[in-house]
Amino acid sequence: MLFLSAALSPPSAHSFCGFYVATGDARLFNKSSQVVLVRDEDRTVLTMGSDFKGEPSEFALVVPVPTVLERDQIHVGDQKIVEHLDAYSAPRLVEYFDENPCMMVKYEGKMLFRNAAPTAGIAEDAATRAKALGVTIEARYTVGEYDILILSAKQSNGLETWLNENHYRIPPGASRVLATYLRQGMKFFVAKVNLKEQAKTGFKSLRPLQMAYESPKFMLPIRLGMVNADGPQELFIYALTREGRVETTNYRTVKIPSDAEIPEYVKDAFPDFYRAMFRTAAQKENLEAVFLEYAWDMGWCDPCASEPLTQDELRELGVFWLDDSPGAPGMPRVRGGGQAPFVTRLHVRYDAAHFPEDLVFQQTSDKSNFQGRYILRHPWTGADDCPAALQYRAALRERRAKQASTLAALTGWDLADIRSRMKVRDDWSSDGDAVKWYQKLWKK
Amino acid sequence: MTPSAASAVPVSAAAPTAASRPARSRAPATRDTPAPLQSPAPLDASAPREAKAPRLRRRMLDPRWYQIAVLAGLLAFGLARLRFEIRLPQVAVTLAAALLAQLACTRLARLPAFEPRSALISGLSLCLLLRTDHLALAALAAVITITSKFLLRVDGKHVFNPTNFGIVALIALGFPVWVSPGQWGNVAFFAFLMACLGGLVVNRAARGDVTLAFLGFYAAILFGRALWLGQRPAVPLHQLQSGALLLFAFFMISDPRTTPRSRTGRVLFAALVAAGAAAVPFLLYRTNGLLWSLAALSPLVPLLDRWLPGPRYEWSHPVATAPKPPRGETDETPPPRRVAVPERGALAPFRP
Repeated sequence: MLFLSAALSPPSAHSFCGFYVATGDARLFNKSSQVVLVRDEDRTVLTMGSDFKGEPSEFALVVPVPTVLERDQIHVGDQKIVEHLDAYSAPRLVEYFDENPCMMVKYEGKMLFRNAAPTAGIAEDAATRAKALGVTIEARYTVGEYDILILSAKQSNGLETWLNENHYRIPPGASRVLATYLRQGMKFFVAKVNLKEQAKTGFKSLRPLQMAYESPKFMLPIRLGMVNADGPQELFIYALTREGRVETTNYRTVKIPSDAEIPEYVKDAFPDFYRAMFRTAAQKENLEAVFLEYAWDMGWCDPCASEPLTQDELRELGVFWLDDSPGAPGMPRVRGGGQAPFVTRLHVRYDAAHFPEDLVFQQTSDKSNFQGRYILRHPWTGADDCPAALQYRAALRERRAKQASTLAALTGWDLADIRSRMKVRDDWSSDGDAVKWYQKLWKK
Repeated sequence: MTPSAASAVPVSAAAPTAASRPARSRAPATRDTPAPLQSPAPLDASAPREAKAPRLRRRMLDPRWYQIAVLAGLLAFGLARLRFEIRLPQVAVTLAAALLAQLACTRLARLPAFEPRSALISGLSLCLLLRTDHLALAALAAVITITSKFLLRVDGKHVFNPTNFGIVALIALGFPVWVSPGQWGNVAFFAFLMACLGGLVVNRAARGDVTLAFLGFYAAILFGRALWLGQRPAVPLHQLQSGALLLFAFFMISDPRTTPRSRTGRVLFAALVAAGAAAVPFLLYRTNGLLWSLAALSPLVPLLDRWLPGPRYEWSHPVATAPKPPRGETDETPPPRRVAVPERGALAPFRP
């Protein structure tokens, strides 16, 4: 989805929890963000992956956090694991091949819709002027390639001034939003990339920042990122929990359309299909809903779009209960042991007009499985002409019509255009419907 | 979050037919008189107030039917349009369990008649609110909801709104159930529709004051908070445009069985519930503030009734001169000016 949004979006600089800000005029493509939330009781581990594509020296991140974080609560993760989680939970295309109706293999293929992209950062020291502005630097750490400060402030104006003076270019209007977080007692986690440290790491792209904290607040602050957004932004939230599915409490959580049978040609245009389908679904909900794309126990999958994450990968993401809950008999377990977490993938396209509040979540006891799954059925193209085969071919036309109308309804695409792409006639029949046996004889 | 209430409709649910209870002494009404939770209080047809009542009203149905129709309509809308996370078997099991529990309690309490309406209201409310993957838990919730009406009583009134109690009890006991406050969305049209439908019930139900007071206090808290935080008005408006909130305000907190008898008491109660409902998400950062707040504060109602006895009947319309029944005679707000067709024969004098 990333490349999606990258293609769609003009350069701008903001995202999920906070915003990325540029110190120069770098073009930042950053309208799609990924967040992994590991949550149980009041403990949260937040991993922020994003698609920062600018120069590391121009990266800066500002995120409201509920508490002052200690050094050990901050970690730099591995973007590949976030990508793996993304691939595992991505909507999938499943193919089936019809059998010879005269006498009867299922093949499951999959196509993934993937997100990806690393974060980035830059570091900068703060000044003693902070105090004069009412800004307190609660802590200062260098973690991996990042220089991180935890700030508290008395006045949003002072904070805004401090951020600007320290080259965190704050969009105009951010002060007001900063103020609402300050009033709620929140601190600010700000990060820049320490170029020397980054050179030592050997990584070209920036790695995801992770933080672990204990707070009853189960939410994602999204309002900062919307301050000067010039269009809707895309956010993927992967929640890993012990009990069950995660949903938003202040917005509707809606399942994306699933299990729809669509025409074969979509196989080569799955990203387009998925983008159009999501846009249509979001519009149907007046752009006010959060979409559930996947809900499953990490212990297994069917079909698997990608192998479930291993114990090590989960631990790296912050699943902290693996050791103390080895997984009761009969309970799904992860590869390597430990009670499998329940994965919820939420996808939200948001802007200030439709999402005035931050996202607030709750963990439910719902363990029912859900996946975004789309079905391709390849017709049988044999030349047999038993009565069953004749009947089968007649039924094919009806099936194509239905697939086309399903696709049109899901994506808003034009039905006539769909038909031409399906290469069928007005009556939904195809050239290949009634091939005589001899017509195929000498063809490759 | 909210609807409910088994006996939410004043008229009905509430009034234990005075007729059915022979002059009861002051002894606190309790098990022996599990107030016919549902029969409309029969009124003395000859009472002056009745003479003034418009004919049209006389012909109107028991308001609980309105409530059942509205709740059923909301459920159908929720299932069809909003895709609530509840399937038809759970609806069937919940309603069946509620009705069976009502039947069993009626027999055990030796009530003269089985009254399905308030049980249906409770069952429908559960369907709108409670979510679970287990049919057995849906049934258990219905049973707890209905039996709480019979068991948890003070002064002849049940203490908790039954649906509220059923849901909160299951969550507190750690069962795998949940409430999805976000399921309604914030569609303005829907909010408006709900308000109209809810208003219909409330007007028939006599507890409009508590609903309005609650909404007023809650809105004041949300706007006050937004002002203090410097949030845009869109934030409190978004929080107010919630189907869950309206459902709670119009169908649950307005339950005449579980609200204070005096208007002052009801307004005070509404203020407390509003404060609690805001404290849960904004100070404790937990969900379902409305449900927790109402459940936690319901036990205050008997106390409020003692401190602020007030007139038993707080309608804005006049009802006047029927003789006042002895204290404890009726538990609930009797029906408004509707002439109840006495369900159990006798007629009782009534007065505000």
